[in-house]
Amino acid sequence: MKFDTIIIGGGLSGLVTGISLAEAGQKCLIISAGQSALHFFSGSFELYGCDGAPLESIAALDATHPYSKLGVEQIGRLAEQVPQFFERMNITLRGSALRNHYRLTPLGVLKPAWLTMDEYVRVESADQMPWSRVAICDIAGFLDFQPDFLASGLAGRGVESKVVTISLPELERLRNNPTEMRATNIAKVLSDDVLVRLAQKINDACGDVDAVLMPTVVGLLEGSAVEQLRRMVDRPVQFVATMPPSVPGIRTQITLRKRFQELGGVYMLGDTAKSGTFDGDRLTSIRTANHGAVEFEADNFVLASGSFFSHGIVASPEHIYEPTLGLDVDAAGERSEWYERNLFKAQPYMTFGVSTDSDFRVRKEGQTLSNVYAVGAVLSGCNPIKEGCGAGVAILTSMHVAHTILK
Amino acid sequence: MKKQYNTNYDQSFEQCVKCTVCTVYCPVAAVNPDYPGPKQAGPDLERYRLKNPRFYDDTLDLCLNCKRCEVACPSNVRIGDIILSARLKYSTKRPKLREYMLANTDVMGSMATTFAPLVNTSLSLSPVKKVMDRVLAIDHHRTMPSYSSQKFETWYKRHARAEQESFARGVSYFHGCYVNYNHPKQGQDLVKVLNAIGYGVHLLQKEKCCGVALISNKMKAQARRQAEVNMTSIRESVAAGRPVLTTSSTCTFTMRDEYPHVLGIDNSDVREQIVLATKFIFEAVDAGRVKLAFREDYRKRIAYHTPCHMEKLGWSIYSTSLLRMIPGVEFVMLDSQCCGIAGTYGFKRENYSYSQKIGEPLFRQIKSLGVDLVATDCETCKWQIEMSAGVTVENPISILADALDVEQTMKLNK
Repeated sequence: MKFDTIIIGGGLSGLVTGISLAEAGQKCLIISAGQSALHFFSGSFELYGCDGAPLESIAALDATHPYSKLGVEQIGRLAEQVPQFFERMNITLRGSALRNHYRLTPLGVLKPAWLTMDEYVRVESADQMPWSRVAICDIAGFLDFQPDFLASGLAGRGVESKVVTISLPELERLRNNPTEMRATNIAKVLSDDVLVRLAQKINDACGDVDAVLMPTVVGLLEGSAVEQLRRMVDRPVQFVATMPPSVPGIRTQITLRKRFQELGGVYMLGDTAKSGTFDGDRLTSIRTANHGAVEFEADNFVLASGSFFSHGIVASPEHIYEPTLGLDVDAAGERSEWYERNLFKAQPYMTFGVSTDSDFRVRKEGQTLSNVYAVGAVLSGCNPIKEGCGAGVAILTSMHVAHTILK
Repeated sequence: MKKQYNTNYDQSFEQCVKCTVCTVYCPVAAVNPDYPGPKQAGPDLERYRLKNPRFYDDTLDLCLNCKRCEVACPSNVRIGDIILSARLKYSTKRPKLREYMLANTDVMGSMATTFAPLVNTSLSLSPVKKVMDRVLAIDHHRTMPSYSSQKFETWYKRHARAEQESFARGVSYFHGCYVNYNHPKQGQDLVKVLNAIGYGVHLLQKEKCCGVALISNKMKAQARRQAEVNMTSIRESVAAGRPVLTTSSTCTFTMRDEYPHVLGIDNSDVREQIVLATKFIFEAVDAGRVKLAFREDYRKRIAYHTPCHMEKLGWSIYSTSLLRMIPGVEFVMLDSQCCGIAGTYGFKRENYSYSQKIGEPLFRQIKSLGVDLVATDCETCKWQIEMSAGVTVENPISILADALDVEQTMKLNK
C-alpha cells in the first residue's frame, strides 16, 4: 500500500504533521499504538514555562535543543499560525508567543502557558487575579478533584471562594462504581436534561460570585455540552482540567483525528510499526503488527512515536534504544548517568531521544536518512517537564517537518 | 504470606500504568455503572485473583469482549484477554440451557435448517418470543435470525464443487455458521467473486464453528475441541498451498488471536494464512495480480460500519478500499463504535437494554445519513443494525459480487 507520507505515532505531533500534510493534498497514513499523551492534556499548551517572554528564554538554549534547530525567528513565525490551525477545527485557543499568561491547575497553582482553550481559566498577570469571589463547583464522589486545594491556592492570591458540592440521581448511580468515578464517566452522563438540572443546581447554590470554577466534567464527545452549560448558568463558567484522563484532551484527540480523516488521511489505531526496509539512505517501506507481510510504502516517513511513556524510546537494563527502526539515540552510556539522585532536579533521561540533523532528519548507524524525520517527544535535547516545552516542541517541530516535506 | 494461587498467567497486566484510557473507550462502562470497567476488571483485579480466586467478581460477565480497551491501551496490555480468561478460569456460574442453545451454533443450525420455514415463522411470533423470554431469558424484543432451508455446504456440493478444480489457483473457505445455516448467499457471492478473478474455492476437510460463542459462554473445553478440529483442517489446507479465507471478522479474529491467547492453542505456523477475503482480494489487486471490472449501472450510497473485532484486527482498510474501488459507490465511513450486540450478549434478557443503549449513537448516525446500504464484515452487527436502524446491511463481498462485471473481470484475469 502506497502513501505520500507515513507517520508513526498518532498523538499531538503525529496529527499536526498529518493534518498539515493532508491540508496540502498529501495522502497520509498514521499508525498509532494505542491512545496518546493528549489524554493528559491540561487545556493549555506551553511554549516555554517561564514568566514573561518565552522567546527570550528560548534564545538562550544550547544548540542541541530542538528549539535551537528551529531558531527563534522561525518559532515566532510558526507560533503565530498555531491558533488559526486549531481554529480550522473549531478549537479556539487564546494567548501569544510574545508573552506567557497563566493557567490554573486543579491544585490552585498558577503555571505559565502559551495558548489556553477558550473556556479554561486564563490569568494575564500573576499579581492580579480576574475575580475577587468565586464559587468552586465540585461533583459529589468525583475522585480527581479536591476543591479545598484549589480554594486554598486562590485564598493565597486574595480570592475568596465558596465550595459547592453537587449531586444528581444520575451521578449518584455512577457511584455504584466508585473507583471509576472519573471526569470522562461523569461527562458521558452530563447531557440533555441532566445538564439542565446541573445548571439549575449551580445557579441555586452559587449565589453572588464573579465566576463559577469547575473541573472539566462536560463535553467529552460533543463540545456543545460546554456551550450549553455556560449559557444556562447565570455566572461566567470557567474550567480547570483534571486527569487522568483529561476530558479536553480526549475531545482534542477526537477532533484532530476527525479533521485528519476528513482530509483523506488513514488513521490505524491499535497497531504498531515493527520494522523497515531500507535502500541506501532511504526508508522505502514499513511493516506493522496487524498487517503481517503487507508493505506500507511512502516517499517520506515521520517518527512521532513519543518518549518512554509511549514506547517511542525504550530503556533496557543496559541501554536506551529506538525500537521501531533501530535509529541512533542521544543518551548517556552509563546507567548511573541516566538519573539525578535528587528526584526534583532535572533528570538527564528526560532529554534522551533520537538523534537528528538541523532539519530533524534521523540517523541510523551514523548515516543520516534522507527521507525519515522525527518530531515531538521522541526528539533528544529537551526536558519537557522541567522546561515546560512539550506542546511547543510537538506542534512546532511537526509544522516545520511538514513544510520541509512539502518543499 | 500465603502462596500465590497461580503462577502461570499472562503478565501483560504488569505493563498497566493505570492511565484509565481503556475505561474511557469501554462501551459497557459508558452505559452501565454496575460494570467496573476494563482497568478495574482486568489488570487491577487480576493482581488479587492471582492471590486468591475468591476475588473473582461476576460483574465480569458484563464485558462484551469487544477488545476496544486493547485497541486504546498505550501500554500493550491485553485487557480483554485478561478479563475473558478470568471468566473462563474462575467463574463458578455454570452455563444453562440458554447458553447451550446460543453457543452451539452448529447443533442449533443443523436442526433449524431442516425445519427452516417452521422455525423462521415460529421465531417471529410474539407468543413464542414471550415464552423464550420467560423460559430461556432470551429477550423478546430481539428479532431472531432466520434460517435457510438449504445449507451452504449442501449448495456447494451440488452446484459449485465440480468446477473448482479447473482453476489453477485455489483457496479454502471457512464459511462459518452464519453462511452455512442463515445466509448461504454470502458464500455463493464469495465463490462468484473468487472464480471471476481466477481462484477456485474449496471447503476445509472438516469445519466446526470457530467457537467464539462457546468461549464467551464459558464452554472452554468444547471450544478447544472444535478449535483443534479447525486447526487440523487449516494446516492441511495451508500445506496444500491454499490459504484459508473467511467472510466474518469475528471468526477470523477468534481463530487468529483467541485460539492462542484464550484457548492456549499455538497457531503461529499458519496464523498468517487465515485471512478475511477482502484483505486477500485487496492485496492481489494492489499488487497487480488481479484486476476487477465493475458494472456501469451499479449506483449506491454505502456506509461502512467497523465491527469491534475488525477494529482490533485493524483490517477495515481492506474492506473499505475495495468498496471505494467501485465507481458507482458513494462511500461514507461511519464512526468506529460498538453496535452493542456482541454475538450472543445482546440476545440475553439481562443485557438487551444495555445492548441497545450502546448502539444508540451508531443507529442515530446511520439514520441521519440516508444511505442505500450499510456494509460490514460481521453477521451479528448486521442483525443488530438491521433491527435497530431499519436499513439493509450487506457483507462487502456481497456488494462486490453485485457490482462486479463478471464476464469482463474473467477476461481480465484469464
